[in-house]
Amino acid sequence: MIEKKVLLNKLDRGEAILRAVKMGSEKIVSLIKDSELRGRGGAGFPTGIKWERVLNQSEKERYLICNADEGEPGTFKDRILLEEYTEKMIEGMIIGQIAIGAKKSFIYLRQEYKFLAEKIKNTIEEYKKLFGDKVDFQIDLRFGAGAYVCGEEFALIESLNGFRGEPRNKPPFPTEKGFKNKPTVVNNVETLCNIPHIVLNGASWFKKFGVKGCYGTKLFSVAGDVEKPGIYEVEMGIPLIELLEHVGGVDSKAVQVGGYAGTTVVPEDYYKTLCFGDLPPGGSIIVIGKNRDMGKVLENILEFFLEESCGQCTPCREGNYRLLEGLRLLRDGKASIKYLKTLFTLCDVMKISAKCGLGQSSPNSFLAIMKNFKDEILYNER
Amino acid sequence: MSEKIKIKIDGKEFEVEKGITILEACKRFGIKIPTLCYHPDLTVAGICRICVVEIEGMDKLQPACAYPIDREMSIKTHSNKVRIARKTNLELILSEHYGDCYTCVRNGKCELQKLAADFGIDRYIFPSVTSPKYKIDNSSHAIVRDPNKCIHCKRCIRTCIDLQQVAALETANRGHNVQIQTALNKPISEVICINCGQCINRCPTGALRAKDPADEIWDAICDPSKFVVIQTAPSPRAAIGEEFGYPPGTCVTGKLNAALRRIGFDRIFDTNFAADLTIMEEGSELIERLKRKLVEGDKSVKLPMFTSCSPGWVKFIEHYYPQYLDHLSTCKSPQQMFGAIIKTYYAQKIGIDPAKIVTVALMPCAAKKFECNRPEMRDSGYKDVDYGLTTREMAAMIKEAGIDLHDMPDEDFDHPLGLGSGAGLIFGSTGGVMEAALRTVYEIVTGRPVPFKDLDITPIRGMEWIREASLVMENVKPEYKFLEGVEVKVAVAHGTANAKKLLRRLEEGKLDYHFIEIMACPGGCLGGGGQPIPTTPEIREARARAIYEEEKRLPVRKSHENPEIKQLYEEFLGKPLGELSHKLLHTHYTPRGKYFLGEENVL
Ligand SMILES: Cc1cc2nc3c(=O)[nH]c(=O)nc-3n(C[C@H](O)[C@H](O)[C@H](O)COP(=O)(O)O)c2cc1C
Ligand code: SF4
Repeated sequence: MIEKKVLLNKLDRGEAILRAVKMGSEKIVSLIKDSELRGRGGAGFPTGIKWERVLNQSEKERYLICNADEGEPGTFKDRILLEEYTEKMIEGMIIGQIAIGAKKSFIYLRQEYKFLAEKIKNTIEEYKKLFGDKVDFQIDLRFGAGAYVCGEEFALIESLNGFRGEPRNKPPFPTEKGFKNKPTVVNNVETLCNIPHIVLNGASWFKKFGVKGCYGTKLFSVAGDVEKPGIYEVEMGIPLIELLEHVGGVDSKAVQVGGYAGTTVVPEDYYKTLCFGDLPPGGSIIVIGKNRDMGKVLENILEFFLEESCGQCTPCREGNYRLLEGLRLLRDGKASIKYLKTLFTLCDVMKISAKCGLGQSSPNSFLAIMKNFKDEILYNER
Repeated sequence: MSEKIKIKIDGKEFEVEKGITILEACKRFGIKIPTLCYHPDLTVAGICRICVVEIEGMDKLQPACAYPIDREMSIKTHSNKVRIARKTNLELILSEHYGDCYTCVRNGKCELQKLAADFGIDRYIFPSVTSPKYKIDNSSHAIVRDPNKCIHCKRCIRTCIDLQQVAALETANRGHNVQIQTALNKPISEVICINCGQCINRCPTGALRAKDPADEIWDAICDPSKFVVIQTAPSPRAAIGEEFGYPPGTCVTGKLNAALRRIGFDRIFDTNFAADLTIMEEGSELIERLKRKLVEGDKSVKLPMFTSCSPGWVKFIEHYYPQYLDHLSTCKSPQQMFGAIIKTYYAQKIGIDPAKIVTVALMPCAAKKFECNRPEMRDSGYKDVDYGLTTREMAAMIKEAGIDLHDMPDEDFDHPLGLGSGAGLIFGSTGGVMEAALRTVYEIVTGRPVPFKDLDITPIRGMEWIREASLVMENVKPEYKFLEGVEVKVAVAHGTANAKKLLRRLEEGKLDYHFIEIMACPGGCLGGGGQPIPTTPEIREARARAIYEEEKRLPVRKSHENPEIKQLYEEFLGKPLGELSHKLLHTHYTPRGKYFLGEENVL
């Protein structure tokens, strides 16, 4: 079950590009649509449909952006692709540019990965030499400045535009008005790394991996209280327990799946599967050991969101503050169980009314941990 | 024309054009959606999340102000999901807002307070702030910032950056630490704020207000040794009624005079008089510049000439385009001309020691407070204008004195210095200064009135951001022969963002006007930062209508025909641009630049 099938497998350099040049925009887009590849950055939006939307825009100035801001706590799966499989990402980007008719693309690299810049630039140069005469492409490297929210596609675009990195209202989506208000595709590193494989091997080959509605393989970065932390490529849809058995994390109190924006899974639910629609297959698996204080775990998660919220919308700016404050009050016996109910209502409001995914998902762990570990966290006189 | 879409709102069917927002649609059909960060003058932010609505088929709520109707949809505006989300978000805002309503300048006129009342909020759900956390920034003559009352709706920022393109205010920090700040959190008096006060007019709470000199003015009024003179600008009289429940667009000139007299001002003068004086000087300056440039080929003379009566605009150009300061007319604003005349001519005339005179200026403007404190504005030998008072502050003084405008009779100004022409009155609206100037300049040069029906120069009226007109000088008087056949081209812009557009064209050498009127505030003075809140395009248009209607009724409609102006020149000044005019009525400017790091402003 746990093998290097696609992403961590080898790729014949440049073959996919040559194939893509022959195919042209429409054919590439319909191939990616057929493969039903879904975005690996978290939201799982079908990549082919995203590309098609840009392709169908009447505006000809278009951009592709590779989201390499990997900021979700516990996620380091893009890093191995950036470091050891750089050429897959570059090929994915070049093919993406051909597919959507973009002349220029960007890699938005998180500041902390600056040490990878040299390698990435050299790879771009190599590809320029090899394919510059066959494909009209340009790839520029840009750096984030350490804000988690700048991984959100619109905050990222604002940041690239030279503004404060804050999410925008949608619609219009980036596919209509993105970078410089032109049609723009934003794709995760891992999404793009899948592209050359699909171009070379075809959609049905890709769909041999994974489960219905959620095909392909997925990288997970496993960390925390676990025997064998590291990066694993598994097929989409495997039960969490299988992965935990493999890495030695079954005997745990809970698992944080999908990063802090994901959810906190308790042992009764380890049977659930990692795929869109079930446990969020974002890429981060943090195993929480039996000796951990869940109050502290939650406090850490909430502190993260409080600090990383861009602070523009009410539910997220004020809500995360109230959740953290509320947790501390409850823990110290300074708030009643009734107030916990108020906080649950607050969580629901945040989920449905925050402006972006950050504020919409930050209450997930509060809800999960408070529901499952209430007795451990709430103050009792003993 | 544009595609129609069927929608359902709360079960009722409607048809709208594709692309309008849910909020626009609801407004059209009389369905009220509560809003907070939304403002009709500003770019849409969609951040307070008070206006959220439910769209069938979507699990997340959407902000009505930002969501375009792009397909058939069914919208719920007060489902339980919507109601609870709105209320919770409002409660979150309230608990972080250090309000203290009864000690707040916006008490009774606060949008947040109103929302809390509408939602029936009767207690704090979350622990609320009970003491102020931040220092109040009192550094500016014009603008006071109290971050404790800020609710982060960013209307001020969108005003400053998008509407005015000044960018003195920005968002700093992240998450719960977000604050609206100046660059490097400097006092607002030290950054590139132009004091226009447009942010104040759009702040929903009391986080931004003007610096109120009412206490000092009361002290002066109650001090028998002081002679307190007030001049009232054209636009407050077209707006102050709003503070007393009159509909926007009601001129209350006579009632206002009566109220001021009851309060105890010793003289009540009309700034329109000083506006006429400005036209005499500025019109003459324009002719002089045209002559030196066109006839004598003097390269040091700069055209186009820009008006200089808007102190927000003056500071804007000092910061942003100091290289073009020579284009600014050297005329002081009417407010400052008036102050200088009162403390010289008028003091002599009635035999009062100017040291005992206190001059108050009722203005629609926050920047006037800064202007009267400029060090160069002391040509009378004293501070020419002691206090700039906004329309809002004046209304509060009137109310404090127990006076209701409704009860007041119509009373006149004091004379002389109390007669203003219609041309002076329309200074209150964008385009008015230009219209007044053209009426006078054309007539001086040709001996005939401007060739527009009823003197109404309609091409430069209205609320288009940039407007233009031209006027050929034909059959001129012999002494103006050099202007024969010259087509004088003029333009009008309001809002500094639009001034910037013209200045960019000047930079590119593509600005071939002779004279340009610029007002810092949208709508001109009637939309000034000291005017009653709220401000909307409709309210500004109503005020403009009131001003133009009142001007039609005035006996004198040209500045140069104002008998009290003629008297002033005969008895005191001599002639426009004369020696005394130069001393008292003209000024110079300070290149400030937009960078304030380091020892000096870098240009
Ligand atoms: C707060 C926040 C942070 C995000 N951070 C990342 C990130 O670091 N990397 C990433 O690829 N996507 C991130 N996303 C998701 C992006 O918004 C976007 O959906 C994704 O880049 C699209 O690429 P995909 O379709 O290939 O998944 C983030 C979203 C949110 C709301
Ligand atoms: S949810 Fe949070 S991060 Fe997203 S826009 Fe709102 S404040 Fe910013």
